[in-house]
Parts: sequence; structure tokens; C-alpha cells
Amino acid sequence: MADTTTDIDKVQPEEKQYSYLNLGPTHPATHGIFQNVLKMDGEIIVEATPTIGYIHRAFEKLSERRPYNQITPITDRLNYCSAPINNIGWHMTVEKLLKTEIPKRVQYMRIIIMELARITDHVVCNAVIGVDTGALTGFVYMFQQRELVYEIYEEICGARLTTNIGRIGGFERDFSQKAWDKIDKFLVEFPKVLKEFENLLKRNRIFMDRTIGCGGINAERALNYSFTGPNLRAAGVDYDVRVAKPYSSYEEFDFNIPVGINGDVYDRFMVRQEEMWQSLGIIRQALDKLAKLPSGPFHAEVPEFYLPPKEEVYNNMEALIYQFKIVMGETDVPKGEVYHCVEGGNGELGFYLISDGGRTPFRLHYRRPCFIFYQAYSEIIKGSMLSDAILTMSSMNVIAGELDA
Amino acid sequence: MGGLSMEDITTTRRNISIGEKPDGIEGTGFFATSLEKVVGMARKNSIWPLPFATSCCGIEFMATMGAHYDLGRFGAERLSFSPRQADLLMVMGTIAKKMGPVLRQVYEQMAEPRWVLSVGACASSGGIFDTYSVLQGIDRIIPVDVYVPGCPPRPEQIIDGVIKIQRLVETESLRRRDSPEYKAMLNKYGIE
Amino acid sequence: MADSQDEKVVNILKEKFEDQVLLVEQLYDFLTVTLKKDRIIEIIEHLYENPETKYQFLTTLFAVHYPHTDESRRTITGQASDIVVSNEGPAGFIAIVYQLHNMVSNHRVRLKIYLPEENPQVPTLTNVFAAANWMERETYDFYGVTFDGHPNLKRILNVEDMIIFPMRKEYPLEDQTREDKQDEMFGR
Repeated sequence: MADTTTDIDKVQPEEKQYSYLNLGPTHPATHGIFQNVLKMDGEIIVEATPTIGYIHRAFEKLSERRPYNQITPITDRLNYCSAPINNIGWHMTVEKLLKTEIPKRVQYMRIIIMELARITDHVVCNAVIGVDTGALTGFVYMFQQRELVYEIYEEICGARLTTNIGRIGGFERDFSQKAWDKIDKFLVEFPKVLKEFENLLKRNRIFMDRTIGCGGINAERALNYSFTGPNLRAAGVDYDVRVAKPYSSYEEFDFNIPVGINGDVYDRFMVRQEEMWQSLGIIRQALDKLAKLPSGPFHAEVPEFYLPPKEEVYNNMEALIYQFKIVMGETDVPKGEVYHCVEGGNGELGFYLISDGGRTPFRLHYRRPCFIFYQAYSEIIKGSMLSDAILTMSSMNVIAGELDA
Repeated sequence: MGGLSMEDITTTRRNISIGEKPDGIEGTGFFATSLEKVVGMARKNSIWPLPFATSCCGIEFMATMGAHYDLGRFGAERLSFSPRQADLLMVMGTIAKKMGPVLRQVYEQMAEPRWVLSVGACASSGGIFDTYSVLQGIDRIIPVDVYVPGCPPRPEQIIDGVIKIQRLVETESLRRRDSPEYKAMLNKYGIE
Repeated sequence: MADSQDEKVVNILKEKFEDQVLLVEQLYDFLTVTLKKDRIIEIIEHLYENPETKYQFLTTLFAVHYPHTDESRRTITGQASDIVVSNEGPAGFIAIVYQLHNMVSNHRVRLKIYLPEENPQVPTLTNVFAAANWMERETYDFYGVTFDGHPNLKRILNVEDMIIFPMRKEYPLEDQTREDKQDEMFGR
């Protein structure tokens, strides 16, 4: 008699069969270009293998080629949702190298711009958490508010998204009256919409059931993975660069750091919401402080990097030489090694600059928070379901530009 | 019995003859051009885009789809992330060399007729990133119909690009995709 | 306050690893210690566990390439490369920089080691800090530094089949296979 046992009959019940799902680089739900190959046991994820580098643009090598003024547009494209924070962080690094003193007025103006950028970054992240849980209305409402901030940026520097805002030493021009009016209008309009968005989701039964307990990480593991920013604060550790190592006069401002408990998606959402309210408070305090110093300089005296006014260029020999040297990128920089960090939208954004006295940096390394905390993703989603994995990824606010650089 | 008799009908029938056709009735003539216009109008007002958003231009696209600069009023409301169901491939953002094969595969999976809109300086020509890892323009691997410059382009510019695509869609001949010139162009890229 | 903390750290290091410390300097208010590469992982573990120092947060880990030129033998920071040149043989170096942070006392320290350019090798830090995993992969991808004991030392940002290590100074930035750039227009 012929042997009629098939392969299926020979498989032991203990040998589990896993399927491999490619959450590929082009996927509507992964907000960015990164790939995960998921080993699935039915709907549960057993193992995840990430692949990144699909938008690697060689920022660090590019920075070694460009003079200091020309690196600002590169920093824009790191975390492009909050580009002004990256710009101002870079300028502060160079100012630290040059040991320049920045006037108070410039510092308060920088704080306003950075907090506006932080608000826009958290708007995108929270709206996208809403979209991934099915609440698409919040996305449309919140993106309308981003238009208000874009108008403020346009008044100040001319661009909407990749702003290249400010110069080494301050700002390229003083904020016009129209810009101040737009900031005031934003402070009136935005809280209403934020409250409406928050009320849609904060105590919503469906949202809470979906997000509480999903994608959590405990504080000790988060610290071992060098988490920073809202992801770390949601896990319970109150580390904020603005408080730990204050820059640009943050020590004079009064704000709270919201902290979560479990580090899950709901905590991250609520931490970002609360940070937006705190940022609005900081902007109001900065406006009050600026009202006490109404007019003054909008930049520090850094003649080697800051373009002199045109009247002087046409009349004064020294200013002409500075203008030439700055535009051609031939300014003298002291030698040194400096590290400066700012609180970006996702955490501690650090710039490590080594200068050898030449016109371009010898080495510029970006400490990118997204790159560092995305490593933990494969550990976080182990054992959870596929839709929870998607939600965790969007709640961690992974921006592809910062991931790959 | 009243009415026409059998004889009358057959007699009437025998007197019918087919007349001379005026010019332009067959081939790409009157009916076919009208059909092209109707098909063109229908297609241009219901383009289903595939947003291939990689970086900063993707955020400007999200703003374009938002309420302020609504792209949905041009018929492009239904975004399709599956290439099999999409008409227009909008490539927004930098394409690195690692991403090139993925983009090519997505393009090959789209069904004819398909159009490609390259949004932003990075997709059109590599942008500010003249480095070893960035593809210097997607037209090195796939044929592109409209380029939208900018870094990132304003939403009005993206809408302008879509309107130009609409003009291309409207005036396209129904036979273009079978013509030898089109096939030669695809062969140049190595796409069958 | 910060200075006394700096001194405390340096004393703790010197007490146990006197021979490994090559240079201690204060660069723009950041304590920087240049060490020999032999027992670096032990030193970091000691700083992790010691209750006085407790550096339990790894801020960043990256490499710097100092190529073989007379200019780079002379120094970026001062005396570091004189010391290193006299101890190590080859002329070009790849420096690995570890930045550690103590969140409780809010103090940071930077540790630098210098590796020879030809075959840079150092043990991995992933057993101490899980965050070092991708940081070391990025350093391998860009500079070719081999980390012994790393669970998955593959390229992370560049394409898998690239043979060069692009961040080293000898490799150019641009793609050399382009034919469409006119050199006169680009000032070459």
C-alpha cells in the first residue's frame, strides 16, 4: 500500500508556524520611511526587525563641507515639524564656541519662537495619534491651527516649514508689528481649538480603552535606552533640558513639567497635551517680559557672522570686508570642541561641534533623539498586536528626517 | 385589415440604400474625439493620488490636504496608498538610493494610465543634498510628467502642479499608452 | 559646585585606573577625560555602579576621524595628540567619544579614546547601555570601527552593499559616478 501521509500530517503540534509581515517603507500608517519585518504568530507580534536609512541624506558629512552660516538649512531638515528649534539650537552652539553674550531681548524672542515650534510639533503628533485611532476630525481642526503659526513664521523669516530662522547672534530683522499681532491672535484662537480637541479625546471611553496599556515602557528600561523628551516623561522621569541645563534664559520662566506613569500611548498623548498648555504659558510670560524692554537690539554683536547693514557696507571699508567674508564663508573661527543641547520636540537634541579653525566644521555630530529611542521599538511591541504596534509608532513621534539624517 | 401590407414593407425596404459617409466619421474622428473629451474630463476631475511622502514636502502635502488649501475640491479626495488603485504618483521628499528600488517597484505596480508628479527640489533633482546617498532626481529611475520646484513648495504650488497634471490628463489621447513613442520612452527606463 | 564634582570624578577615576587616564581637561565647561583604550568598558561600568558617580545615562557615542596629516598631529584641544602620538604607532586616529550623564546630580562627563586608523577595534557597550546598540552600528557604518561582542554589527543607514566607510576624511561627499555636472559651473 502506498504511503498516504502528507506533509501536514507529519507536522508536530508543537512546531509553531510563524508568518512574516513586511510593514514596508511605504505604508500609510507608518508616518515616515522605515521598514519593520514582523514575525507574527497570528495577530501577535513575536519579533520585529527594523530597517532604517531610507532617507539617509548624509547630514554629518555635508556639514563638514559647508561654512557655519550655511549649515542652518541642514539643521532645518532634521526634525522638520519643529524646524526653528533646530536652527536656534545650532546658532547657540556656535555662539557657545565664540563665547558671545546674547542680549536678553533676543533670548526672549528666541523662547517665543521655540515654544511656538514645540506647539506645532506636538500638534502634529497628537493629531496623528487621533488619526490612527480613527478620530480624523481632530487632525483637520489642528492642522488649521498650524496655518496660524506658519503665518507667524512667514512674517519673521519668509518661509513656512523649513524656516532657516535667525542668524548666529540673533535674528535677521526685528519682529514687525504684524508679527506681534499675529502672535497675540494665536494666543487667543489656539487655546479654544486645543480645548475642543482635548475634550474630544481626553475622557473618551473608546480612546482610553484603546490607548491605555498599549505600548508601555517602564522608566528604568527607558533610561537604559537613553530616551529623552515626552517619551521619557511619559514613563515617569522628569528630565527636561530646559530645566536641567537652562539655555537662553529659561531659568527665569515658571512652568511645570508634566510626567506620566506607565509610559503608554495615553500617557504620551496627555504629556504632549499638557506641554502645549505649558508652552502657551511660557509664551505669555515672554511677551510680558518683552513688554518691559520694548525696543532694543535684535541681534548680538558678532561681526564675523552677522551681516552688517547695507548703509555701512557701502560706506565703510571694514563692513565691506566683513560682508564679503561672511557671504563667501571665509570667517575665522576659534578652535575648540563644544557640545550644546536643546529640548527639541522629541527630546534632547545635541550638537557636538569640533572646530579646527577652518571655514567649515571639522566634525559636527547631531545627537538625534528619534534615532536613539527608536531602537526600543522592537522591544516595546513584542507581544502586542499589529494595530497596537502601529499606534505605538505614531505615539512615539518618529520623524524620518531625524531618524536617518 | 388596415395598415401596411407585407408587400408595402418589403417594397419600402428595397428602396433604402446606404449613402456616402462624410469624412472624419471613422478612426480618430468625430465620435472618437468626443469620447476622448468626455473621458478626459471624467478622468481629470477624479484623479486618485498616491502620496509617496518621504520627508518635509510630505508635511506641506498634509497642509494641502487640510481644510485651508483643500486638494479635495479638485477631485483628489480619495488618497490611495495601494499603487494598484492609484492614478497619480506624487513623490514628495528626498529619495535616497536605498529607497530607489522601492519607488521603482511602486511605479511598476501602477496600472495604465498613470502620471507622476515630482514635488519638491529633492525629488526633482536631488535638491540641496548633492551627496553619495541621495538619488539626484527621480527621473533617473521613473518617467516624470510634472515637476514642482520648491523647498518645500507652498501648497498653492502643489495645487498648481496638480492642475497641470489635470491639463495633461484632459488632453491625452486615448491611444497614447499604446503608441510606439511611449513604449520607447518606457524602454529607456527599462520598464516593460 | 561643578568643579568639586569634576574633581570628585577625576579622583575616583584616578584612584582605581590611574594608569589609564592620559589627560583631563575642561572644554567649555564640560569635563573631558582622555583614556587609553584597553579597559574602557570596565571604566564605564565602574562609573555606572559607583554610588558617588552613577553615570547611568548614555547621552551619545560617536567617532571622529583625525587623518594622517601633520596638521592633525598638532592639536585640536591642546596637548591630547602629543600624548597619543607618543604612545601609539600609526599616525591617523579614530577617536571614540562617550558622553555620560548623571541625572540625579546633573553632571556630565566626556570620555575619549583614540584608536589606530587601520583596524579600529573596541569592545561593545551594549551590555551596559542598551542605547549603545544603534549608536555603535552607526559608528561602524560611517567609520569602520569594529565593536567586539556587538549582537548585530551591520550597516544601518547606508545601503547594505557599500564597501567604503563614507565619513572618513579620504572619501568625497558627492557621488563620483555622475556625468551631468559641469565642473566650470561648480567652480572646479
